[in-house]
Amino acid sequence: MIFFQGYMKYWREDYSSILAYMYEHMIISLTVIALSITFSIPLAVYLTKIKSDLIKTITFNIANIFQTIPTIALLALVIPLFGIGFVPAVVALFLYSLLPLLRNTYAGMNSIDPGIIEAAKGMGYGTIQRLFKIELPVALPYIMSGIRVTSVYIISWTTLAALIGAGGLGDLVLAGIGYNDSMMIFTGTFLAIIIAISLDLVINKIEKIFSYS
Amino acid sequence: MNFITELAVYMAENSNELLALTIEHILMVACGIALSLVIGIPLGILAARFQKLAPVIISITNVIQLVPSLAMLAILMLYLGFGFKTIAIGLFLYSLLPIVKNTYVGIKEVDDGIKEAGIGIGMSPLQLLAKIQFPLSIPYLMAGLRLAAVIAVSVAAIGPYIGAGGLGKEIISGISLQDDIKIYAGAIPATLIAIIADLALGLVERKTKKRLA
Repeated sequence: MIFFQGYMKYWREDYSSILAYMYEHMIISLTVIALSITFSIPLAVYLTKIKSDLIKTITFNIANIFQTIPTIALLALVIPLFGIGFVPAVVALFLYSLLPLLRNTYAGMNSIDPGIIEAAKGMGYGTIQRLFKIELPVALPYIMSGIRVTSVYIISWTTLAALIGAGGLGDLVLAGIGYNDSMMIFTGTFLAIIIAISLDLVINKIEKIFSYS
Repeated sequence: MNFITELAVYMAENSNELLALTIEHILMVACGIALSLVIGIPLGILAARFQKLAPVIISITNVIQLVPSLAMLAILMLYLGFGFKTIAIGLFLYSLLPIVKNTYVGIKEVDDGIKEAGIGIGMSPLQLLAKIQFPLSIPYLMAGLRLAAVIAVSVAAIGPYIGAGGLGKEIISGISLQDDIKIYAGAIPATLIAIIADLALGLVERKTKKRLA
């Protein structure tokens, strides 16, 4: 009970800075997610259209290597190139998020029944029309699950962005480690988890609205 | 070019220390993974054996994965203090999901016909598990182990924030000192460990698959 009262007091006193950390966290994550979606999905669609296996292998291997590099190492490696702060954090997290989205979109586009594409061709659909009216809508469940997985991971990784001075809830956790303050650590953790879960739910809703039944 | 020679000189001069940090890093990862194998495999078997337990076990490990790594280590630090033990337990919790899930899926995927044949020649449930289901699920387990190792190498790199050693020490002091050479001297070996672990365990995975095919 005393702990609970102390906790309420902590929130009352610090709510503006807590909300500021949360806002920073969301701005970083959402920027990364938006960038990742606009880059990875067209790239994956392009990869399904080309014949060359070499380009496919190279692209997936590069994305895989980025995924393998330890998060903090990648964050540190971009410092010499971009300095510290918001930009390097976004760049590093973007490189990190490539693989899951690329792989899911690619798998989704490849899972389309060739019969459907033949039917569309037979009805006289052009390539672009076919892509937007048939292929993307059919592959949507795969793409959306890729976006969902990536978003949840990015929210979690963004905590580490605080280590290179980008702010976010990681700052709260780091300060908590510094002061040995459990309230700060728990607040940062729970807010990050809550953001991840609510984003998951929102994307789920969007998926339901757009999916063909 | 100048930078590369400087880096090489720095790494050569500090090779003893860097080697010690690398060994410490690998040791932390090995401890965490060993713990999660010892506890994760029985949990996966339990989940496969008792269907009612499966959703509970899988969702608990899922939730653990959702906690940001820095926050997880910070929370563990509050209760277990600084040092090696804390990071080993953090790595154990983080690599639990791939191991439990893959053990579970591997055992579920065993062909019913083979299981029936085992029962038909009079095997007890324990014999069935030890001689048929578990050996046949090893390729899946290896895939899980590979994923777990990559995650663990990545999480181990933030260990210095809670007073553990490893290559993260070099990276983090590089970040604080704004010293690019120190950053690269820590990040390159850490990345190499992750990539080598990924490739080596991938090789083992393919080998176990081939043996069963």
